[in-house]
Amino acid sequence: MTAAGRAGVPILRLGDVLVTGLLNELDDTTAAAFADELTNRIAADGARGVLVDISRLEIIDSYVARTLMELTTMARLLGARVIVAGMRPSVAITLVELGLRLTGVETALNAEQGMAALGWRRTQQPRGEAPRDAQR
Amino acid sequence: MTRNGDRTALDPLIARPREAPDVRTATAAADDWATVPPPAVRPVCTEAPSVYAVRTEEDLVTVRHAVRAATVGLGFGIVDQTRVVTAASELARNAYAHGGGGTLTLEPVRRGGRRGLRLTVRDEGPGIPDVESALTDGFTTGTGLGHGLGGARRLMDEFAIETAPGRGTTVVATRWTAP
Repeated sequence: MTAAGRAGVPILRLGDVLVTGLLNELDDTTAAAFADELTNRIAADGARGVLVDISRLEIIDSYVARTLMELTTMARLLGARVIVAGMRPSVAITLVELGLRLTGVETALNAEQGMAALGWRRTQQPRGEAPRDAQR
Repeated sequence: MTRNGDRTALDPLIARPREAPDVRTATAAADDWATVPPPAVRPVCTEAPSVYAVRTEEDLVTVRHAVRAATVGLGFGIVDQTRVVTAASELARNAYAHGGGGTLTLEPVRRGGRRGLRLTVRDEGPGIPDVESALTDGFTTGTGLGHGLGGARRLMDEFAIETAPGRGTTVVATRWTAP
């Protein structure tokens, strides 16, 4: 479930959501392999949502932007919603100047808000019941 | 000659770790040491140009690292660093994908009190027949989004392109630090 494939990044499954991220050392082959692998995992795991954390990406050039847009489209064709979370402000500024709007790509400020948008909420501890590991 | 002595005197980072019998001082020095750029990037900060090959995908990653280190060394802010690295990535990818590979030269430059970084990306590829079209957003013959050349021009302060069919392409682009 957590095995890193050719793309070298883990893809975790939490219920019907896949959670993954991109590393800064992203070369073109890795980016393409990642999109491939994630698309296959969406189908294999029956995922309905995908969170892609990009907070480690120090730049997004037109190739990576295109990969994210294609990934989003492929996922949508498979019935899954992709949220790209955690873009650095400097990356957002540069993308706009570069002329790239990531049209069609849904974003969130951070992974937590992205997961919330995909229907995940942090649940409260049930009242009157201490968490099991609270004693340690 | 006092050259060696001078270098040590000018560079406390070299001298510091060799002293420090006091444990606390040594810890502080070690922490400082961890935050300075590694010695490998230092030559970039001198006025000598550095040349990098752009022949493989790994080279593109190497180039991004080198450009980042150079912008940090010159005191660019985080947004300007990102602009220059992104522009370099676009230009280097063009040379790799369309020009059959080439080189990227990094050159710290000065004008008045301002410092800058000049990127020269050169390939010996087929050249660009219609530069005006190539600089227009949405124009692409390859795998990108067609924003590479025009986008790189917007991200840099100065931008010049020299190309002709059969004679390769050279792009020279400079970004200056904030005054």
